[in-house]
Amino acid sequence: MSPEPTVAEVGIPAALFASGVTKRFGHRLVLKGINLSVAPGERIAIFGPNGAGKSTLLRILSTVSSPTTGRVEVDGIDPEQDPREARRRIGVISHYPYLYGDLTARENLRFYGRMYDVPHLDDRITRMATRVGIAARLDDRVDTFSHGMQQRLAMARAVLHDPEVLMLDEPEGGLDQDGLNLLVNLLTEPESGRRRAAIVVTHHLDLGLALSDRVAILVGGRLAFQSTSGELDAASVREHYSRHTSPAYASARGGPGK
Amino acid sequence: MRSYLDKVLAIVGKDVASELRTREVLSSMFVFAVLVIVVFNFAFELNVENNEAVAPGVLWVAIIFAGMLGLNRSFISEKDRGCMEGLLLCPVDRSAIYVGKMLGNLLFMLTMEAIVLPIFAAFFNLSVFDPKLLLVVLLGTIGFAAVGTLFAAVAVHTRTREVMLPILLLPVAVPVLVAAVKATGEAIARTPPSTPGPWLGVLVGFDVIFLTVAYLTFEYVFQE
Amino acid sequence: MNEQGWLPRGPLGWVVPPMMIGALYMAFLFAPTEATMGDVQRIFYFHVPSAWAAFLAFAVVFVASIQWLRTKQPRWDAMAVSAAEVGIVFCSIALVTGSIWAKPIWGTWWDWDPRLTTTLILWLIYVSYLMLRTSVENPARRASLSAVVGIVGFIDVPVVFMSIRWWRTIHPVLLSASGFDMAPSMVATLMVCLVAFTLLFVHLLRLRISLELQREEVHRLRDQILYEE
Repeated sequence: MSPEPTVAEVGIPAALFASGVTKRFGHRLVLKGINLSVAPGERIAIFGPNGAGKSTLLRILSTVSSPTTGRVEVDGIDPEQDPREARRRIGVISHYPYLYGDLTARENLRFYGRMYDVPHLDDRITRMATRVGIAARLDDRVDTFSHGMQQRLAMARAVLHDPEVLMLDEPEGGLDQDGLNLLVNLLTEPESGRRRAAIVVTHHLDLGLALSDRVAILVGGRLAFQSTSGELDAASVREHYSRHTSPAYASARGGPGK
Repeated sequence: MRSYLDKVLAIVGKDVASELRTREVLSSMFVFAVLVIVVFNFAFELNVENNEAVAPGVLWVAIIFAGMLGLNRSFISEKDRGCMEGLLLCPVDRSAIYVGKMLGNLLFMLTMEAIVLPIFAAFFNLSVFDPKLLLVVLLGTIGFAAVGTLFAAVAVHTRTREVMLPILLLPVAVPVLVAAVKATGEAIARTPPSTPGPWLGVLVGFDVIFLTVAYLTFEYVFQE
Repeated sequence: MNEQGWLPRGPLGWVVPPMMIGALYMAFLFAPTEATMGDVQRIFYFHVPSAWAAFLAFAVVFVASIQWLRTKQPRWDAMAVSAAEVGIVFCSIALVTGSIWAKPIWGTWWDWDPRLTTTLILWLIYVSYLMLRTSVENPARRASLSAVVGIVGFIDVPVVFMSIRWWRTIHPVLLSASGFDMAPSMVATLMVCLVAFTLLFVHLLRLRISLELQREEVHRLRDQILYEE
């Protein structure tokens, strides 16, 4: 499928754009040509079985890793040219909380706030902490937090710098309904009301559908299916998913990556 | 530039705050250094006569081996808590991470030395408040921390981790060891030599060269 | 790829064996016996060129490491690891021959003199380089990490040499008044051996690189069958 143009009709760059992205580890080709475009404010869920390359793709999109060939652009910025500006626009929520256990919640947020050049940091921290419901525990050490509270803090950390794009790597671990609601809530920036773009990588179909406008299915390093914007029919997505990941389909194509 | 410095200080501050809470690194470094000095006493039957000859070597072996404990921890703790990736996601030059981590390691080593030196002085019946000695300790520690921080980052990406750091670091740090031991010997000598050796120059040269090389190559350690 | 098996590879394959034989002849038969040290001095004709080849190899590691970091082309990494392996062989030869020479002359197998000690440190750095490589699985990361170590190591060598030199000196200084004086025929022998060893080094390096590239090719084919469609 051909990539959508970087500059959409209204002349605004895509929040995230990937063109011809491949990733090779030694001789293993894990990603085999990913073309993806996410408009500002758009949410996309990427489903895929284990070993499809989801984490690898997310690492490349979040600029931690670089593609073997191909290009990534964040809000029109090439991370190879200007990594700092690209990273500034990205927030990541992963199964690692990215939190320092011996430091307090406030110290964690202050650290990341400084690293991301967040203006009016202390105010921002207070407001975000209230938003995610940990304001009372701001000065407690993070290793005294329950798993749920750590997740909330991780969410606050991820959006502290008001990123254009939020990336979620398999957020289903330990998220209750409240946590999920909070996540959806944070997809909109509280101060400006700006809708963040989001990329949710998951193999949990219902969760992905709840969070997104569009879906894609990653199988064997390729995007086997991408829906267009519009009404998402959970049943049809489910059907696409089973079809693309079924053993019969897989063996017909010579076997996806293990 | 101002932002760069602020981020460096943020990293140093974070490491210091973390250490103040747990005090794991400083205490283990300190205890290890003292143990090394004590072990050397039994290994070499130190007495008042051979004091001056062996003391510098004992001091620097203690500093170097204790120092490696701290160096290892600086990256292993990040990696184990998954925070390394969080740090790499930040809009910060990789070289700033190097400077921040290096300064943190330097601070920990100097703090450890501040406690070990008086003990060392007591064991060997020497004076520690000699400006030349303190200068040697400072310069030697800087050089060791400069390469050590780089190699600690390299080592954390390997299978053997803690073991890899001494294997990589010790051969490369030989000039520091040689110069520091010699300079320490000159500093504590009862009869100082008429013409001091070029040791301080070697240390300064080593520090400058390897701070630069490490600063320039650090970002490549994180490429994948 | 070359399937000639036992036959020499490339022009160097034809040149190196006769050169080595020539070097052996000159070292053992042509060169005169040294006045004070006797025949054991002849080992010098292998010791010095080996040390030279070891340093040359490390310089290759340095350049290849920089080029890898700049271009990310696998052949530079192949060159780096090949030079390190070949270099460690020559370094070991230099150390052993140095030791064999030292025993009758200085009365000890080893003394911590600058050149020998620097060669030992060089050997240790090579070894740590290779150990690093075996400890990293991801090929690109392995190449980047070893490149960093290769660069730091090479820059370190002159610093090591200077610091140990100021520390002690009893190694015979070749080109000055002390040490043994070299008759013209000895100089000629040394030159021939230097050239022979340099060519040997280049030849071995090329063989090792082609071996490395072949291994990469085999892995690539195997993985293509296993993992790709």
